[in-house]
Amino acid sequence: MTKPLLELKDVVLKVNRNTPEEITILNKLNLTINAGDFITVLGSNGAGKSTLFNAIGGDLSIDSGQILLNGKDIAHDSVEKRTRFLARVFQDPKLGTAPRMTVAENLLLAERRGQRRGLMPRGLNHHLDHYKELTATMHNGLDERLTTATGNLSGGQRQALSFLMATLKRPEILLLDEHTAALDPRTGQDLMRLTNERVSQDKLTCLMITHHMEDALTYGNRLIVLHHGKVTFDAAGADKAALTTEKLYSFFAEIE
Amino acid sequence: MSLAVSAIGQGLLWAVLGVGLFLTFRILDFADMTVEGTFPLGAATAVAAISNGMNPLLATLLAFVIGALAGLITGLLYTKGHIPILLAGILVMTACYSVNLRIMGRANVSLLGKSTLFKNHLLAALPQYFDSVVLGTIVMVVITTIVIYFLQTELGQGFIATGDNQTMARSLGINTDNMKIMGLMVSNGLIAFGGALVAQNNGYADVNMGIGIIVIALASIIIGEVAFGDLTLNQRLVAVTLGSILYRFVLLLVLKLGFSANDLNLISAIILALCMMLPVFKNVLNFKHILKRGLDTND
Repeated sequence: MTKPLLELKDVVLKVNRNTPEEITILNKLNLTINAGDFITVLGSNGAGKSTLFNAIGGDLSIDSGQILLNGKDIAHDSVEKRTRFLARVFQDPKLGTAPRMTVAENLLLAERRGQRRGLMPRGLNHHLDHYKELTATMHNGLDERLTTATGNLSGGQRQALSFLMATLKRPEILLLDEHTAALDPRTGQDLMRLTNERVSQDKLTCLMITHHMEDALTYGNRLIVLHHGKVTFDAAGADKAALTTEKLYSFFAEIE
Repeated sequence: MSLAVSAIGQGLLWAVLGVGLFLTFRILDFADMTVEGTFPLGAATAVAAISNGMNPLLATLLAFVIGALAGLITGLLYTKGHIPILLAGILVMTACYSVNLRIMGRANVSLLGKSTLFKNHLLAALPQYFDSVVLGTIVMVVITTIVIYFLQTELGQGFIATGDNQTMARSLGINTDNMKIMGLMVSNGLIAFGGALVAQNNGYADVNMGIGIIVIALASIIIGEVAFGDLTLNQRLVAVTLGSILYRFVLLLVLKLGFSANDLNLISAIILALCMMLPVFKNVLNFKHILKRGLDTND
């Protein structure tokens, strides 16, 4: 369980390069993610949390440093190539699903994440029973709406679908970017609980950005804090279990 | 009677454009101006090839390939060159004008006395105007079937997803640039193919025959959608052909009312504008809604 799966070494990422507005978002960031880690990521706005995800995902290219997956540098691989090992759930429910395609069609798209798509018929009907069972685990009526265009779903249903899509084909790394933040508190907590169940059942390696300190403490086996583009706090296992909101608040007060 | 047959035949031949444009306008969700250049490009290619002795069927297929190449250029300008799609289309459309003059050697080339798809002895034996009905039906059945099949493949689903939600498509490993390029290639290939058919049907190619093509192609899409309402994606593709035929009947009616053929572009634009504004009118003129609101005591 302690084999490094993903290592970020001295990662520097700047935006508005070579302009007077140049800002260094990730500043020699180092992070080692072990297989099976469920890491909650805290940090104030602008600390670089989303940028960290975009650097791992390939949406933003890094200026220097290394991103190693199982020891192999992937820093120059395209977004498409990285989806072979990586799945993401975005904060905005609109970003994770195709609105004019049905729930089942979206799931089918996700089933081939990172794989070649050829001219074979998609074979949607073979999957419907499986999708019915799968969506029923969300307990939010999604299983009754498999043939509904996702644009007609509620935000909670869409986000639950996004989560299912991200985990349908087991990712080596799952990135959750405040995926419950846009939902009402109850729906958000439901999805959070389901997320935790799925991640621990499937032993997924997962990074989850959150602004809820309680969530960050409750879930996962490791907690990191980003500040000015660096990991300034990293607690795992028993150390993490011993953390309280008070301790975290005082830590945040210190670094601000 | 023969006018109606003629309208159906024309509608079927022009429907190729509607299906071609559907791929970009409805699925990829952008307006591709390239088609104004690739339609005459297809016509010029076919006419020049036939004039030089090429088999009409081969010449028509060649038009598809040349049109697809023009689509490839638009696609590269758009995805790799980061030129906005509207401008990329206009650039290639403008360039096509010169290319078309080069291909034809002059502004208008006649196929008089040359072999065309319509002079095939089976088609030529049919009564007047039935040749375009038969050929148009064959072409539309084949093209619509292929497109419907393609959209149901894994690749086709990735293509649809690209137009629907690019961020999601990329996060699932779909190369959205390639999908857009592919869509533009097939779309413009089909438009050029339509240009080749229309040129052979008319018996000539003209360098100005592309003007207003995007409006005509959009009209078949929009009229099909307005006329048939809520449809599945596959049904909508079939509705494009029916919309194209309906559009020809509308033009026929307009001509009967005494307008001249020179007015057709203006009329086409007005018809399309009205159809596209229909959702707005529906809200304004929704008497049922107004009545209900008037009776609602909670208001």
